[in-house]
Amino acid sequence: MTRTDLKPVRFPTERTCPFSPPPELTELRDEHPVHRLAYPDGAVGWLVTGHAAARAVLSDPRFSARGEHRRAAVGGGTPEPARPGVFIFMDPPEHTRFRKLFTGEFTVRRTRRIEPEVEKITAGRIAAMREMGPPLDLVREFALPIPSLVICELLGVPYEDHEFFQRHSEIMLDHERAMDEAVESYTLMAEFLSELVRRKRGKPQDDLLSRVAASDLTDIEAAGSAMLMLAAGHETTAKMLGLGTYLLLSNPDQLEMLRNRPELINGAVEEMMRYLSIVQFGLVRGATEDVELEGRLIREGEAVTVALSAANRDPGLFPDPDALDLSRDAGRHLGFGYGVHQCVGQQLARVEMRVAFRQLISAFPGLRLDVAPGEIETTRLASMYGVRRLPVSW
Amino acid sequence: MRVDVDRTKCCGSGMCALTEPQVFDQSEQDGTVVLLCPHPLEELWDSVEECVRLCPSQAISLDGSALLTDRMP
Ligand code: HEM
Ligand code: SF4
Repeated sequence: MTRTDLKPVRFPTERTCPFSPPPELTELRDEHPVHRLAYPDGAVGWLVTGHAAARAVLSDPRFSARGEHRRAAVGGGTPEPARPGVFIFMDPPEHTRFRKLFTGEFTVRRTRRIEPEVEKITAGRIAAMREMGPPLDLVREFALPIPSLVICELLGVPYEDHEFFQRHSEIMLDHERAMDEAVESYTLMAEFLSELVRRKRGKPQDDLLSRVAASDLTDIEAAGSAMLMLAAGHETTAKMLGLGTYLLLSNPDQLEMLRNRPELINGAVEEMMRYLSIVQFGLVRGATEDVELEGRLIREGEAVTVALSAANRDPGLFPDPDALDLSRDAGRHLGFGYGVHQCVGQQLARVEMRVAFRQLISAFPGLRLDVAPGEIETTRLASMYGVRRLPVSW
Repeated sequence: MRVDVDRTKCCGSGMCALTEPQVFDQSEQDGTVVLLCPHPLEELWDSVEECVRLCPSQAISLDGSALLTDRMP
């Protein structure tokens, strides 16, 4: 067990292909799936890039997910403890108390029941796009509104407040913005949701927020959890829809295959999740005791960043990992994380992606980029990777 | 094959119910796993094993052993 000779690296961010992780990151995985990492704040911790090591960290309770350990591998900000209800930054049993309130809302069966609603929302956006006519920005007209409408429907957020949510959810995650802007957005959202929770408590309806308001959570906790749902469920799915469409349009043979064999959609969505790994700077944990991982000794208190994008291109698990193959079995990708924090909304996200891509492909057989691929700007420094705009024609 | 589930470990991800709905379901209450069939037919064994590998919280075990470690890359 070596304490090691490895010189800490910075988290690589230079992509050479808009759809693939930085080559430096995947090369690191091939040499040292567990490496020393230099964080922007000066701390030194670990960078995990192999699939097996990633799974080991994310499923081991000795690695804490608490907010105070979540040191960003890229960008600024000081790690802080979870705000009330934001259970993604908690460990069991505290985490469990919240999570179990939500898992019942997102079961495979429950999300299947929501599917017709998702179909309807998507059809509405397609009709709006037809009416506007080409060219238009697919991010603005399709990728952003669909997940927003779905999650608002689920929570019971009034329609007139949707734009407010889209705007602030993006600001909160955008590394290119100043920190105080992010904090301000957070505050505005939290205030609005507290008010909504109070209203739901007074006049319960058939939605998630009403049921959460009726649980043993305090108003502040319920609002915090609701905030987490919106922040975690809106921009993520939107980025997948935008970047995923760009990916399909850049791989016409794969798109053609999907058009001819629509039954491939479920697997295709898994492969797109694997290939794109939009949580581009990975997930962070902190060691609560000394842990040996693949021959390296991780000391208590050290941070560990799990690079999902590199793990999802691990040739040990996915043969020819850099090839996009919508017909492969990509089921074991880590795009939704792993362990007790694995995405609670993943079944809903799957339904949204399946429905949205299916409808988009069949509605616009001639869909194409309206600008040269080089002109498409990606969110290079935001923790959620994606395209800012996607001008398309048909 | 005998399948066991540990609902105290389960985090309600739904990966099992998604992958092999003939064997696994989820509680409407809290989303935790519901075992529909502890002795699945042989034709389902492969997909049940896949569920064991996919389960993010190691809540499914086969024939009394928690992990298919030998088969997990
Ligand atoms: C394609 C879209 C999505 C992606 C890529 C994604 C990704 C992830 C990942 C990687 C995690 C694990 C975080 C960690 O371990 O630290 C996570 C957790 C979470 N996601 Fe998602 N997600 C998506 C959609 C959604 C949706 C639609 C919702 C809700 C409506 C949602 C709600 C959550 C919540 C609440 C958590 C925290 C779970 C916990 O800590 O127990 N996500 N997501
Ligand atoms: S896959 Fe595991 S954690 Fe997910 S619902 Fe099934 S038993 Fe529970």
